[in-house]
Amino acid sequence: MSLGQDAFEVSVNILKMVLIFLMMVQAVPVLVWVERRGSAFIQNRLGPNRVGPLGLTQLLADAVKFLFKEEFVPDKTNPWVFYLAPIMALIPGALAFGSIPLSAPIRIEEFQWLGSSWGPYNFAFQSFEIGIGIVFVLGISSLGAYSLLMAGWSSNSKYSLLGALRASAQMISYELALGLSLVGMLLIYNTFNFSEMILAQQGPLSFAFGGKTVVVPYLPNWGIFFQPLGAVIFFAAMFAETNRLPFDLPEAEAELVAGYHTEYGGLKMLMFYIGEYGHMMVACALMVTFYFGGYNLPFVEPRVVQELFVGWGFSSNGSSLSTAFLLHVVFLIKVLFLLWIFIWVRWSLPRFRYDQLMDLGWKTMLPWALGNTVLTAVAVLLLRSSWT
Amino acid sequence: MSPLVSVLVLGLFVALFGIALVIVSSLLGPRLIQSAMKKRPYECGLEGEIKDDTKIPIKYYLTAILFILFDIEIIFMYPWAVAYGDYISAGNGLYIFGAMAFFLVVFIFGLVWEIKTKALEWE
Repeated sequence: MSLGQDAFEVSVNILKMVLIFLMMVQAVPVLVWVERRGSAFIQNRLGPNRVGPLGLTQLLADAVKFLFKEEFVPDKTNPWVFYLAPIMALIPGALAFGSIPLSAPIRIEEFQWLGSSWGPYNFAFQSFEIGIGIVFVLGISSLGAYSLLMAGWSSNSKYSLLGALRASAQMISYELALGLSLVGMLLIYNTFNFSEMILAQQGPLSFAFGGKTVVVPYLPNWGIFFQPLGAVIFFAAMFAETNRLPFDLPEAEAELVAGYHTEYGGLKMLMFYIGEYGHMMVACALMVTFYFGGYNLPFVEPRVVQELFVGWGFSSNGSSLSTAFLLHVVFLIKVLFLLWIFIWVRWSLPRFRYDQLMDLGWKTMLPWALGNTVLTAVAVLLLRSSWT
Repeated sequence: MSPLVSVLVLGLFVALFGIALVIVSSLLGPRLIQSAMKKRPYECGLEGEIKDDTKIPIKYYLTAILFILFDIEIIFMYPWAVAYGDYISAGNGLYIFGAMAFFLVVFIFGLVWEIKTKALEWE
């Protein structure tokens, strides 16, 4: 989709992009709060609880504190690269998140406004629809490695440099397992497009079996039931891609102070955080899109929800909007659950040693992902062929 | 127009947002005394040993090369996987499976060889 055909469509599309990006940015302090309270809950202590109810306004206090921090650039740095690195950290997460459908598309019927007629419009509930969804997201999120390398190299500190090297070697190693684990899923859906994948996951579990279609009525038609191994490998590789524990060797605080952002402070460090948490959100949204039915309610198609709203006396536009927002809440619930798993794992597992990390990526996850691909290819070939 | 216009618009907006954050933080932050000692890169209280030509283990370079090889091989599987369903419904399932099976044998041979030659051993 381009930006739009007329002024209304273009402005709605731009507004949509900005709102989705800001939604992502404002989710970061909330996630930091959840992370701190969650870690306290897991470790049987209190966590931040002084500022506001349940410590919720702690994040506002933190943001103000970040704003008024002293500007600091260490000696002998390359200032351009030093300042560009945090900006680069923001971009990949935002672009990748923008291409994931967050809810069912909204249809606006033709209407009269300012003396002329507008519409009808179809708005996708995402910043932009891109046909090669997966390839775009994988390509864009790989660019995250550049911001780490730029930060590490330009800081002129050995901790930063070592952290950046570790981070980039780890990210590229796990990208192999990540990319290969998705091939099995592609073999089943046969499309790169996120919206088509989500459409393919509606209704109860059904698959072809030698020319007939078998339906399992008590399970939703989600990717996780076809690709359990692929889903596990994808999720584990995403932990490594986002540099979260147990894969957080780039910022192992016992060895490297803080890794690639040792020399950063104030808002610049916050930007790295936004990048990291944005990447986490992208990971969870992708996981939901590929394996947990996207924005679909289990068993219920969006069309049915919309008919329900029409039955309650909503107009056509109103029911479309209400359906989209209801399904967006469903999507957010799924994403938040996975984000909580990210936080849960971080405070439950110890960190790997570096050689263990590389062994896990290259010698364990890559062969398993390969096996998953072969197994899926054989299964799809056997089940979908008509045996005559 | 293509979706790339939207991608560029969003990318530009995010970049401007980032630049604004950097400028705001440099405007609002206090101006304190910048001594030569303070501007040194972080070191835990010792005299910092700053080397401009830090030596980097060759392992990282090797890993990067191996990554490029394998990643390109994996990217070849993507269009294959998308076309797989069409070939099966057209009755050519064995053909497209066999074509990729040959490719996979080369892939697995490469991986095994790489592990056997200890290209992936970290000390």
